[in-house]
Amino acid sequence: MQEKPPVPGTPATAPTERREFLKQGCAACLGLAAVGAPVAVGVRVLLDPLHRSGGSDAFVKVTTIDSLPEDGTPVQFPVLADKRDAWTKFTQVPVGAVFLQRQGARQPLALSVVCPHAGCFVDYLEDQESFLCPCHNSFFKKDGSLKDEQSPSPRRLDTLDVEVRNKTEVWVRFQDFQLGITEKIPIA
Amino acid sequence: MMKRVLAWLDERTGLGRFAEACLFQNLPGGSRWRYVWGTLVVYVFLLQAITGFFLWTGYSPSTQTAWESIHHIQSEMAGGWILRGLHHFGAQAFVVVLVLHLLQMVIYGIYRAPREVNFWIVMLLLPLSIAMSATGWLLPYDQHGYWASRVPIGIMGVTPVIGPMLQKFAMGGSTVGHHTLTHFLALHAGLLPLCIAGLLGFHYYLNRKHGLGDVSKDCACPDEKYFPAQFLKDAAACLAVFLVLLGFVLFPYWQNPTAVPGVHLGAPADPSEQYSAARPEWFMLFLFQFLKYFPGGTEVWGAIVIPGLVGAVVALMPFVAQWRHGHRFNVLFLGTLLAAAGILGRMAAVEDSKDETYLSAKEQSHRNAERMHQLVAERGIPPSGAAALLRDDAYTQGPKLFAKNCASCHRFDGHDGLGHKPLTTHTVRTNETWESIAEFRFMPVTALRELNPSFTGPLKPEDKIIAQVRPWGPDLKGFASREWLAGLFDPARVDGQHYFGGTKFKDGKMSKWVKKNATPEKADDIKKVVIALSAEARLKSQAVADKADAEIIKQGRALMVGDMACTDCHSFGKKDPDATGPELTGYGSRAWLIRFISNPAHADFYGKRNDRMPAFADKKILDAKQLGLLADWLRGDWYVPPKNGAK
Repeated sequence: MQEKPPVPGTPATAPTERREFLKQGCAACLGLAAVGAPVAVGVRVLLDPLHRSGGSDAFVKVTTIDSLPEDGTPVQFPVLADKRDAWTKFTQVPVGAVFLQRQGARQPLALSVVCPHAGCFVDYLEDQESFLCPCHNSFFKKDGSLKDEQSPSPRRLDTLDVEVRNKTEVWVRFQDFQLGITEKIPIA
Repeated sequence: MMKRVLAWLDERTGLGRFAEACLFQNLPGGSRWRYVWGTLVVYVFLLQAITGFFLWTGYSPSTQTAWESIHHIQSEMAGGWILRGLHHFGAQAFVVVLVLHLLQMVIYGIYRAPREVNFWIVMLLLPLSIAMSATGWLLPYDQHGYWASRVPIGIMGVTPVIGPMLQKFAMGGSTVGHHTLTHFLALHAGLLPLCIAGLLGFHYYLNRKHGLGDVSKDCACPDEKYFPAQFLKDAAACLAVFLVLLGFVLFPYWQNPTAVPGVHLGAPADPSEQYSAARPEWFMLFLFQFLKYFPGGTEVWGAIVIPGLVGAVVALMPFVAQWRHGHRFNVLFLGTLLAAAGILGRMAAVEDSKDETYLSAKEQSHRNAERMHQLVAERGIPPSGAAALLRDDAYTQGPKLFAKNCASCHRFDGHDGLGHKPLTTHTVRTNETWESIAEFRFMPVTALRELNPSFTGPLKPEDKIIAQVRPWGPDLKGFASREWLAGLFDPARVDGQHYFGGTKFKDGKMSKWVKKNATPEKADDIKKVVIALSAEARLKSQAVADKADAEIIKQGRALMVGDMACTDCHSFGKKDPDATGPELTGYGSRAWLIRFISNPAHADFYGKRNDRMPAFADKKILDAKQLGLLADWLRGDWYVPPKNGAK
């Protein structure tokens, strides 16, 4: 925009123009405040869940060691835990599932049932001793590692921390991990 | 660049030209403050749409989650209480600005041809805004919303011919439930706002078509563009309305920062809980009062026919105005209408302020709401919904159970559990005097006379006077506590009104024993027995004292079986088949109390010597849960939130 050069002899227009500009500014600000204030309050409420941490990632008792097949076949178990969902307090409700398998004398292996590619629930195919994701055909070995380099999954099936307590109880730290990336990063 | 994009967009859509035409509309005679009303209606609607949308993002419409989600928004989510408060007061502001706008249209004659349709649009907005308010009230699903919303639903039902069908359709069934909430939400957040927005758009369109209707002809004011002159006035008015509403929200918080902030959210809806404080919004109070004058069966006149006729007269105003004095009649009619509504509303408020039932129901509702807040913070809301928390709360249910089942004989700190002194009408018999009646009913003569100020002289037979219901059983406040037992072992009090005075054990063995043995010389031993016996109850309030006095308790127990010889009549420690008095093992404990109330005539308690007390469980008067709640309440065993509100 080109600025008008001040014209000598017409000083009266400048204050009027300034007043007009001030008026316009005030009008815009007041209007914006009247509409913006309720929006701001609403957005604050809408964003509230972002400030809350997710569920606890404490260890949960899933099953007993005797219920795992001796031959090391993975078995799917539901994970029950206490959960608070916004206002409701749930006690011992399913929060997810986990594949457990024996590994000889070592700790059992716990694998997340969630495919790290797009979050589908993987199947275990007993005849092929591998996990297959039903969505985009990611293929994993029995231990959860990628079977096929061409698999869409960016990483192996996520392992979960396991503890055997009181000799027979299998406890798992149940967590969700971010999808679609090569690193395994828990979702807070 | 930006300019070119805008120019391109304007070329394709015409939006730019339209916005310009709106923004720089020429106002003949310049801007006016009285032009802000139309904008205010739009603004408050927008405010409701904005706050409503954000509330919607956190609301869940079902009978087990509606109250719960609103409570969550209000007390857990940051800023939630301000948001709900703005929406709550905004709803009332919408009706107010609409009425004022309508009034302005009539007073300035803006309803005259060709603006009749524009006038009707504003008229139509009124019932729509009331429908918004009526549907919105049920959504939080608290006691207040639940009972208050039954009235509009009921009015729907008395509509001629289609009433019952309409009612069932609106409720989504024959009772208020999930589908009532989903229907009401769909109306409140979907259909109704859509209708209102459509009408407002139409209103604006007609406004531009016909231009301003009330330009002062004699004013030589210069023309102005809408922006910025009128826009500034409009924006200032809108902001002022917003600030006033915000003030309404924040003022109670500023007054009392320690209370739970936000507009009232009652206890969760419970169809089995009486609620006598149900009232419509203040601007509908006039109709509420009006309906009082219509006897049963004629409600349809008060609720539908008469308001309909009045509405028709208002709708015809543009035509009436064509007559001579027609305009004056219109202004007068509308003024009278508003004044009548004001008077009726005021009458309703005055009647309520004198209505004991209403006031105590209101107080009870506030107490319950506060208690719910504590319980939710402590226990969390179970999947079955929050109403269960209150039903399982001894602090809330105990007094009600006591008042209903126990207070005909017992007292709790002199009242019936709920704070009322039970009174009755006594018909005077021959030979009865002020003194004899007062003595029988355990009250001072002066108090009896004060209750009956109209009787001055001596009483005559057949006089009907008001008197306290005679307490036939002990006062149970602090039952089995050290203080309570100390009174029992006091020769002056054992046969008084708080203990055995009203029972057939007034001159019984216990009473005689206390009078004979509770001498000042034995005061120490009695005290030890009291402490030992009270420890059997394991009262929450005495846990610390009981622990500290372990040694005294041991001595007291020894005295009970030894020198004091309680076991001559009572079982203590081991079962004595010959015991005639109540079992003392676990005396006053939860289990003991539940068993006692279940059947006081059981061999372990009073046996055949039981006075009038019914066997509450065996006769199926109270169920196991109620017995537990009653016992917990009598024992002072309920959740108490930590002081200074720290979680």
